[in-house]
Amino acid sequence: MRALVYGAATALALAAAPAAAQQSQFEKYQKMVAEGSPVELFELSGEELWKKKQGPRQASLEKCDLGKGPGVLKGAYAALPRYFKDVDRVMDLETRLLHCMTTLQGRTREEATKRLFGDANQPSEMEYLSAYVAGQSRGTKLAPGAAHPKEKEAYELGKTMFFYRTGAWDFSCASCHGEAGKRIRMSELPVLSEPKAARPLMATWPAYRVSNSTFVTMQWRINDCYRQMRTPEPNFGSETTVALITYLTVTAKGEAYRGPGTKR
Amino acid sequence: MNVVRRLLLVRAGAAALALGLLAPIRALAAWSKDAFAAKKADDALKSLGASGAEPSKDIVIEAPQIAENGAVVPIEIASTVPGTTSIAVLIEKNPYPLAGKFDFMEGALPFVKLNVKMAETSEVRVVASAGGKHYVATREIKVTIGGCGG
Amino acid sequence: MAAGPMKMRATLMGGVTDVRVLMTHPMETEQQTKGAPYFIQNVTVKVNGKTVVEGQISQAVSRNPVFSFRLKGGAKGDKIEVSWLDNKGESNKTEAAVA
Repeated sequence: MRALVYGAATALALAAAPAAAQQSQFEKYQKMVAEGSPVELFELSGEELWKKKQGPRQASLEKCDLGKGPGVLKGAYAALPRYFKDVDRVMDLETRLLHCMTTLQGRTREEATKRLFGDANQPSEMEYLSAYVAGQSRGTKLAPGAAHPKEKEAYELGKTMFFYRTGAWDFSCASCHGEAGKRIRMSELPVLSEPKAARPLMATWPAYRVSNSTFVTMQWRINDCYRQMRTPEPNFGSETTVALITYLTVTAKGEAYRGPGTKR
Repeated sequence: MNVVRRLLLVRAGAAALALGLLAPIRALAAWSKDAFAAKKADDALKSLGASGAEPSKDIVIEAPQIAENGAVVPIEIASTVPGTTSIAVLIEKNPYPLAGKFDFMEGALPFVKLNVKMAETSEVRVVASAGGKHYVATREIKVTIGGCGG
Repeated sequence: MAAGPMKMRATLMGGVTDVRVLMTHPMETEQQTKGAPYFIQNVTVKVNGKTVVEGQISQAVSRNPVFSFRLKGGAKGDKIEVSWLDNKGESNKTEAAVA
């Protein structure tokens, strides 16, 4: 087992921080890519889906309550995850969107979750909608729920999970995101338990990913991190995925949202 | 029967008319097939009639020195060569080097910013044409691919 | 796919109008499609109906193309139109007033 862990760490090619000059070139690339991002196209398609009548009830999502009242989008994403009284639990954006699809549109969970994460040729409904809703929070400071006992519980659970080593490789989120100066090739690995690193990151998710022309969501990010750690796949919208997203967002609180972002 | 037949004929006529109307629009949109099919940058330029360009400092290529992913490499080009009417962008090591050619008419500045795909680390050559003369500037862009996370 | 949205912004600043346009298109290369590339070939920019930029592009332009162009002068309210035509004959266009 130890050999496996060692091998994994090597395979990830965790390198020390590069020289400053090289770093500035990485930043220049990221900046230029962000300026030329097609992310707004996803927002436009998401708006169409938000207003599209779907499901057995032939209803749109326009009355979906993302925490600021039915249909209120302005600043809603920046205040998520949060506790929702109607379901007595904490929800992140995607979990709440799924809730609205089943309640407002009358769709089954099975149907609505059939294709959560898309690809370049066919992005998913969740990806388009995440782009649209998140875009309506640009300029709003991240202020996820942190007062309700269930919100506090989610934060604590997420924090525990962040540092909890598990799986065949004995990895935790902190194995990659717990020490400053690490990177995978050109991507810096931010220390997400530190507000300084969590803030700029959470302020730009969800995001367009240039390497495979896909729009990626936060639920996808968590899902894929666990895939990289070789654990069983977490359930979409589960208490644990929402807890991790809560922990990360609360750590980043106060940062003005400026996404959807663009990643390598 | 006759009526149906006549209707069909009328529809066919309408379709033909629509096609006829579309044709001139397509004809206007020229695309330099041979230049784009060239496998060497020099051949592409020859095909465009832009061979023998002389080096110029008046063409500014703004691009990262290192691009993390070859699928999206942002390049910004501006020419301050007086009277620039055209800018061609060539990526030497791509299977087909010519990535684009932009003609600027009265009212437009000789400037373009676009994202291109690069197969590997390569010189990017930009040729600006002004008054029948051609000017060139090049820039190397390194490409690294792959990695996880993000 | 080709019917996907376009988005454009045209902003006048310091005597120059900056036109930024986004297009939905897969821009598939020959390698990706095993010999049947699918990509935009022509991009045209018009100001108040008059063509100012004619672009010819190849399969080497990235998926979901984003272009910036700059126009000399111009006035708020000028009508900018950007259109594209791909190698399968499909096309799309979008309009915006200079802000």
